[in-house]
Amino acid sequence: MTRAKASQQSPEQEERTFAVDSMSRVEGEGRLKVVVRGDEVVKAELSIFEAPRFFERLVVGRQPDEVLDMVARICGICPVAYQMTATEGFERLFEIELDPQVRQLRRLFYWGEWLQSHALHIYLLNAPDFLGYDSAIDMARDHRSIVERGLSLKQAGVDLLKLIGGRAVHPVGMRVGGFYRVPSKSQARALLPALEQSLIDAQETVKWTSAFNLPDFERDPLMLSMCDPDLYALDTGRLVTTEGLDIDPGEWDSAFTEQHVDYTTALQASSLDGKHHLLGPSARVVLAGASLHPLAKTALEESGGAEVLRRNMFAAITARGIEMIHAAAESIAIIEAYEPPVDPYTPWEPRAGKASWSSEAPRGVLFHRYDVDEQGRVVKAQIVPPTSQNQLFMEDDMRGYVGTVLDLPEPEAAARLEALIRCYDPCISCATHFLTLEIERI
Amino acid sequence: MPVPDRDEPTRVGVVKFASCDGCQLAFLDIGPALLDIGVIYQIVEFGEASSNRSPDGPFDILFVEGSISTDEQAHHIRHLRDRAAVLITIGACATTGGIQALRAWAGNDGGIEGFIDAVYATPEYVDTLATAKPVADYVDVDAELRGCPIDTGQLVELLTATAIGRRPQLPSEAVCVQCKRAGKICVMVSRGEPCLGPIISGGCNALCPGMARGCYGCFGPRESANGLSLADWYGESLGLSDEQVAARFAGFTGWAPEMREVIEAKGGPPGMRADDAADAEGGAA
Repeated sequence: MTRAKASQQSPEQEERTFAVDSMSRVEGEGRLKVVVRGDEVVKAELSIFEAPRFFERLVVGRQPDEVLDMVARICGICPVAYQMTATEGFERLFEIELDPQVRQLRRLFYWGEWLQSHALHIYLLNAPDFLGYDSAIDMARDHRSIVERGLSLKQAGVDLLKLIGGRAVHPVGMRVGGFYRVPSKSQARALLPALEQSLIDAQETVKWTSAFNLPDFERDPLMLSMCDPDLYALDTGRLVTTEGLDIDPGEWDSAFTEQHVDYTTALQASSLDGKHHLLGPSARVVLAGASLHPLAKTALEESGGAEVLRRNMFAAITARGIEMIHAAAESIAIIEAYEPPVDPYTPWEPRAGKASWSSEAPRGVLFHRYDVDEQGRVVKAQIVPPTSQNQLFMEDDMRGYVGTVLDLPEPEAAARLEALIRCYDPCISCATHFLTLEIERI
Repeated sequence: MPVPDRDEPTRVGVVKFASCDGCQLAFLDIGPALLDIGVIYQIVEFGEASSNRSPDGPFDILFVEGSISTDEQAHHIRHLRDRAAVLITIGACATTGGIQALRAWAGNDGGIEGFIDAVYATPEYVDTLATAKPVADYVDVDAELRGCPIDTGQLVELLTATAIGRRPQLPSEAVCVQCKRAGKICVMVSRGEPCLGPIISGGCNALCPGMARGCYGCFGPRESANGLSLADWYGESLGLSDEQVAARFAGFTGWAPEMREVIEAKGGPPGMRADDAADAEGGAA
């Protein structure tokens, strides 16, 4: 929803307000405010009016397995990301050796969430911006088979989530040390035909999105991603940046910090030296592209290479498509090699200490830290969702991009800014609940 | 549910309050049939799916996700109620308050201010009520779909039944009944796992027992469920401490009266127990 306001000031100091009162096609609700005086951007604020849910306090006193079920409820789109990050922190603190097949099932589970989340974002939330529709339902009137391809990709992800977690939203399968139950070989192999189709559909997706006209807006971002020479960015390796930071994923809090400002109730994250970083699909493809599946690498080359993903935020839709190729291809490989583990989980004993880890949610790096007592009960928790980390960089991008849309009619300019924010796939519910976009000219 | 009888499509809205967005996802999980929904239903407000918005309706049917947890939300739900012929709450947050409703026990830990201090560095920037409550505590609700999350199959049944004017067939039997019918092995009998199945409404087709773990209550207690009796059995037969029993009931539907009664009787949820407060005072002294 857009609104526009103009005042009767002198032409050089024209005062106008563009606004999108409640952003659409994002998970959750929010607002953004840009203040422009003449050609100068005075202020660019992303205001997230969170209806606080206090998860970091609610998990205090709980056992690790209870924490996995609770933190899933932070986000209905990426519950597995929350469960994975938490369980891997606990498993490292308690020094639990996972069965190699359990570890592979964990990746398969996570790829299921990536597939469903990326397909949702590309086809139902983001593509309507490039093709000029209000929604995927409207888009389907003219492009039915394309939207159905997206729904089918999404369904393949949902089926993987159900296979391992019992259901797609707030799955119930994961526990610290492994799973409550693991699928049989035949149950897993039954998904292969759909995944083979998903691999083709994902390749078609990249051909489709890489032909979109991208708005002409480029910049040179500091990017952050998990990076592992052997496995594509997910839950292993190191946390690295384009400026050479290289740290243990459990030590995110040694290099980054959160702050709380008056216009938003979501905490913002930046590096300790005050720099703003970008994370998510584009950052991963740029930093961890060497470990992409060969088919994904080919698609990346054919789509124009990593440089456009690095420089232009609107190309993130193609980065998601490339990652869907990888997710489908690695899922097929995992299932083909799958032998059910003898025990679905490794028993463990708690110990006091800091349980912390980072993993790649579909939207980017997610960090959890739990300080636990000798019984394994949580004493203190810190959860840093990807959208909190992208928040300051999103403001920088708004500041840079607004100059290119000021000549447009006001509702259209506001809609363009909203579309830019949508490219981050902001998961506002993760941290927050209300985000409105507004440009004020003074 | 009297949906106005007109030739035009039924005007549907989907809105959210404090929640995770997961129940709205059940609409997008309908699959290709979603693309044909416009034959019967005109979606006039669904922020997560469309930029074409009518946030003030009017709505023939309004689906509401999330619990009411700020003054602004309390005001807004009353406004929306006036604009909707039929209001249906979806999910554990809207129907029981959700996991965030547990903060009602914050009084055992310095009240809601203690909660805000635990998460936010600058508490004065945070606007919140001390409670997160079900929608029905604020306005009349015509129907509810339970679950954390709701089940897409139940949603389709509700939409289909409403479209042709029949009563939706939604189960009210216990998880235990669905579990037995599906031939699953009882986790409480066979493994001594605490399971809420005897007192919780079905709807998940006994999902957790099927995954070899106890039910944790997503669909909320059945009407007049005897939670205290089950809680005593957990203590006497499974050897759970009061805190462990309270933890089991203090989940995603913990603010439902039948669950709340047990949590109170067992001293409050973990981390918010009456004896935590006593310990804290003792420590300070």
